[in-house]
This record gives sequence, C-alpha cells and structure tokens, in this order.
Amino acid sequence: MTLLQQRQPAPSEEHEAHEAQPRFVLKWLTSTDHKVIGLSYMITSVIIFYIAGLMALFIRAQLTVPNSSFLSLQTYNELFTMHGSLMLYLFAGPFAFGGLANYIVPMQVGAPDMAFPRLNALSYWLYLSGAITMTLGFVTAGGAASFGWVAYAPLSTSQFSPGAGADLWILGIALTGFSAIFTGVNLVTTIFYLRAPGMTMFRLPIFTWNMLVTALLILIAFPVLTSAMVMLFADRHFGSHIYSVQGGGSPILYQHLFWFFGHPEVYILALPYFGIATDVIPVFSRKPLFGYKGMVFATMAIAALSTGVWAHHMFTTGAVLLPFFSLLSLLIAVPTGIKFFNWIGTMWRGQLSFKTPMLFCIGFLFAFLMGGLTGVMLASPPIDFATHDTYFVVAHFHQVLFGTAVFAGFAGFYYWYPKMFGRMLDDRLGKAHFWLMFIGFWVTFLPQYVLGLWGMPRRVANYPADLGWQTLNVVSTVGAFMIGVSFVILLVNLLVSWLHPVPAGDNPWDAHTLEWFATSPPAHHNFERLPPIRSERPTWDFHHPDAKTIAHGQRNGHEKVPLAVGGAANETAGD
Amino acid sequence: MRIEALLLLGVAVFFAVVGLIYWFTAYEEAGFLMLIGTVLLGFLPGSYYLWWSTRMKPRPEDRKDATLADGAGVIGSFPNSSIWPFVLGMGLFLVALSAVFGFWLLAPGLALVISAGIGVTVESRRGGSV
Repeated sequence: MTLLQQRQPAPSEEHEAHEAQPRFVLKWLTSTDHKVIGLSYMITSVIIFYIAGLMALFIRAQLTVPNSSFLSLQTYNELFTMHGSLMLYLFAGPFAFGGLANYIVPMQVGAPDMAFPRLNALSYWLYLSGAITMTLGFVTAGGAASFGWVAYAPLSTSQFSPGAGADLWILGIALTGFSAIFTGVNLVTTIFYLRAPGMTMFRLPIFTWNMLVTALLILIAFPVLTSAMVMLFADRHFGSHIYSVQGGGSPILYQHLFWFFGHPEVYILALPYFGIATDVIPVFSRKPLFGYKGMVFATMAIAALSTGVWAHHMFTTGAVLLPFFSLLSLLIAVPTGIKFFNWIGTMWRGQLSFKTPMLFCIGFLFAFLMGGLTGVMLASPPIDFATHDTYFVVAHFHQVLFGTAVFAGFAGFYYWYPKMFGRMLDDRLGKAHFWLMFIGFWVTFLPQYVLGLWGMPRRVANYPADLGWQTLNVVSTVGAFMIGVSFVILLVNLLVSWLHPVPAGDNPWDAHTLEWFATSPPAHHNFERLPPIRSERPTWDFHHPDAKTIAHGQRNGHEKVPLAVGGAANETAGD
Repeated sequence: MRIEALLLLGVAVFFAVVGLIYWFTAYEEAGFLMLIGTVLLGFLPGSYYLWWSTRMKPRPEDRKDATLADGAGVIGSFPNSSIWPFVLGMGLFLVALSAVFGFWLLAPGLALVISAGIGVTVESRRGGSV
C-alpha cells in the first residue's frame, strides 16, 4: 500500500454533501453519476434487445413455410422495420456508447465522472423518450413504421406511408440522434480533459481509444441523420419537396444523407465492440496486447475510411461513382486485417483461460471474420449487383452486427458484470449460453447466404413453394430459436447471481486497466486512490511489481520508467 | 494536448484529401458538402487545441513521468443529483410528440423545458449541491 496516494475528487466538505444521495426511484430519476446512468442505458437497451429479438423470432416463424399466413403482410412489414430499428438505433449503439462506455471510460482514464454529468443524464432521458416514441407506433391506428430501417424516400413520404407510426419513427430517431450527439461530446471531453496524471493518450486502454474514435464518428454522422429526418418530416407535413421528384427534389439525396450516416453507423456499432475484444483477450491470455499502436492506428484508419464509403450501399442506383466507393470499401479490409493479426498475436503463446468472456470474444472473431469476408465480396460492384437486396446481404450484415454487438457485447457484459455489481455470473451457465448461441448463430445465418445466392429477396413475407427454399428456411428458423433459448439461459444466470451472490472482489480476472483498481461496485466518484500510471496496464503493474515487463518500443526492460517513482512522490503526499 | 490536436487535425486533412478526390471524380454535391462539413468538424477544434498546445506546459496527463501528486488538487466541479435533466428530457419528449398528436402538447412541453432551464441555472448559481 505504500505506493498508493490519496486522490480527492473534490474538496472534502463538498464530497460529504454528495454522500446524502436520493434513494430508490428518485435515485434513478435524479442521478448524475455516470455509473447509474450507464446502468440505466444498459438495462433499457438490453430490454429493447429482448423485444427486438422476439420480433426476429416472429419473422423467422413466418418464413418457415412457403405462403405462410402466420402474420399479416402489414404486420410483417412493421416487424422487420422495428426489428432493425430497435436493434440498430436503440440497442447496438446505445448499449455500447451509452451503457458500457458511460460506465467504463471514466474509470479507465481515472476520472471521477463524465465531463458533463447533467448533459449525460439528459442524454439518457432523450434516449428513453426516443425509444418510447418509436415503439408508440404499435398502439396507433395505422400501426408502426413499415418502410424498413432505412426509410427510403419516396416510400417514406406521406403518400406511401401515411399514419402516425411513420412520424413517430422519424421523431424517435431525431430524439435518439440528439442523445447520441450529447454522449459523443461528453466522451470526447472526458477523454481529453479528465485523464489521471501519467495517463497519456498512448497509455489509454484500447476500449477508451475506440470509444474516442467512435465519439468522433458520432459527431460526424448523427447530425446528418437528424437533419435528414427533419427534412423528411418537412416533406411529409409542411409541403416541402426536398426528396420528391415532382417538386424538383431528389430521392437519391435522401440515400446520400442516410448512408453518410448509415455507413459510419456500422462502425459506430462495431468499433466499441472491437475495443471490448481488445481489452478482454489480453487479460485471458495473460499477456500484454500485441501491437498496441497498430491497434490504435488501425482503429483510426477504419473510422476514416468508413466515412468515405457511404455510397457502396447505393451501387444499384446507377447514380454513384463505382470505382471510388469500391476501392475505399475494399481498403477497410487492411486495417481490419491488422486488428485480426494483433488479436491472434496477443493469444499466441499466451496462457489462455477460456472463461466466459474469452469464449465470447473468440466467437466474435469467427463471426466477424465471416461477416467481414462477405463484406469484401459485396464491396465489389459486380457481386453487389447480383446479390443486392437478397438474403445474402441479410446474412452478411447479421454476421457482422451479431458478431460485434452480441458476441463481443456480451463478452463485455460478462467481463464487467463483476465490477458493476460486485458479484460473479456463473461460468458454466455462461458457457452454456455461449455454445448454444454460437451454434445457433451459424445454423441461422449460413443457410441465408445460400438462399440469397438462389435469389431469395429480403423484406418479403412469402415465397412460392416450388422454388425449393423451404428446407434451408426451416434450418434457419431452428437456429434462430436456438439463439432465443440461449438468451433464456442468460436470464437464468442473472437470476442465480441475484439469489445466490458469489462475491467478486475488486479484480476477479487479474485484469490490466484502471477500472479494476476501484472497489466492486465502485464508490461514488470511483477512486479513493490510484496506482502510479506507468504503462497502458497500471492495475496489472501494481499487482505484479516484480514481473518483468517491456515497455512499448523498447527491446529490454531496463529503460522502463521504474514503478518506484510513485513511491517517492508518496512520501510528500503523506499516505 | 498535442496528440489530441493532431488527432482532430488528422480528421480535417484526411477528409480534405478525400473530398477533393471525390469532387473531381464524382461531381456530386451532397457528398462533397458533407465531407467539407467533416473537414470543419476536425479543423475548428483541432486548430484551437494546437494553438493552445504550443502555448501551455504539458499537463500531468500529457507527461509520461507525471506522478499523481502532480495532478493533486481539485479536478473539477461535478454536480450533485439533479431532477432538471429529467424535466428537460420529458419536456423535449412532449415537444417532439406535439408534432404528431397535436400542437397543444407544446404548452406543457415548453413549460417543462423553460422551467428546467431556470432550474439548472439556479442550481448552478447557488452552488452547494453543485
């Protein structure tokens, strides 16, 4: 303990006033603590994940047999629209940058809270309002929005999509868009201004780096989406003709605006989860990360390229420059390949322990590799012309997004749950969850590639019996229900941990980064003390003072700044 | 501060290059303008940070050898629990819903927004709980 120093987050008399916190309902309504807000985000988004997952099961049930009449056509359209919208806008993004990042980033940089706590709280309330607004469509007379998660004009105009459901969808997107922008500003400011002494930019954990880059992507992409939605609303109600050909507008403009948001959005959904995998894999390999700076620059390269490739979703419009967008899309494979190389390099000759979070990360590597490779195929315009709007594309983006948001997302959930609640999740149930989900994942989506190549279009509720598509559709539905059952196991696991808590201790995984130095669950304002920060894994350094470690870019350990520097300063601090 | 500045300026430079290539190959205005917007997003704060980083000593969080004692003192002011973000959020919720369910909802919505604005300002001025 001699190396420790006191770090007071605020003058002590003020801090005492903080001790008298409101409790129960009032605590959740009024808290500006990033941990409470992060948990609110996570709980809300996981509930939305379950709802949207149920919608997926209904969709798969409808598609099991040809000419099925399990759902009406209108209901089917509403379900696939809301499944996509809830998963993308309200689960995958907010779970990462509203939930996990909100909770973890301030702790990883050694900060007492986010930079703007009240703005942070406002972000959550806007997110919740947006979620309610979007789903309110189901209780209106015309039903929920039914134009797909992209809401292309002219399908989304008042002529073809009348009714309140579509308006509520647009307003829901606008509200969650503002919430994302506020969270992005908050994250950037926190990472730029609230780092602990010695926590230089190139000592930040990769999760925090990825959240910083994601926040910049949010600031680039979300304002475009929000303005596109405002203009769509004006077209629907105020008689403007921005997207209508009759009035001299351009429907292609909507696609440009949407995909200028939409493609960075894919990486807004992916980069945080890359960050989770990059934090988890070294811990369970008992090695430092292989290629730290390579990871950082690969993240930046992916983010930069992803903003220049929006129109590869518009190849078949015939109105975009194919070589430009194809080339930039293909280039993204390079930094992504670097990341894969570094993940494997981290595991190489490590002492792997296959705990639940590690299993989920390895599942993520397989899933994302398959999704990424088919993405490279789709970046080639000839293949895209043949497979556009087929189940090949559906399988591709589900493998990408399921691989990141679900595999890596729940790796993070299992990894940080002990920190958030001070108790462990059961490892056997976690492994059962993983294996059932992993098998179900492949059983669901591999047949969809084949169906897509056979020509099965997406967004149709029925298909004729004589095309021979039924067998593979049945297989896909079975897989989807396996995934559904696996998430019941997660609920059982949460129930077990709630009824029979197994105390976690502060650092159950012997992890590397600062959040594991705090208590579990962390106290108000996070840290009573901090260890000296001399590398990108300060907690590990502190717990293993005798271990020989080699700092970045140095061939041996002798040049490393010794840990005892903190001890010398400690005498003046009088700990 | 320097690395932060270079990160943002890197955003500006990269999209300036991409934007120029795009303009001279695709002749398409929407994408070009959005890329220019992205250049400004990187350039404005990035150049400001760079201007500052040449005029200030490295902060403890910029120095590899900084000890925790170097960063001792008040980190910042962090507000206590506050009901106003919730009030503001619900006000904006009603304002948004008013566009669908009737403009009468603007009245309670704007009332909540304005009271939240006053509430936050008073809370900040009073100190104590902030």
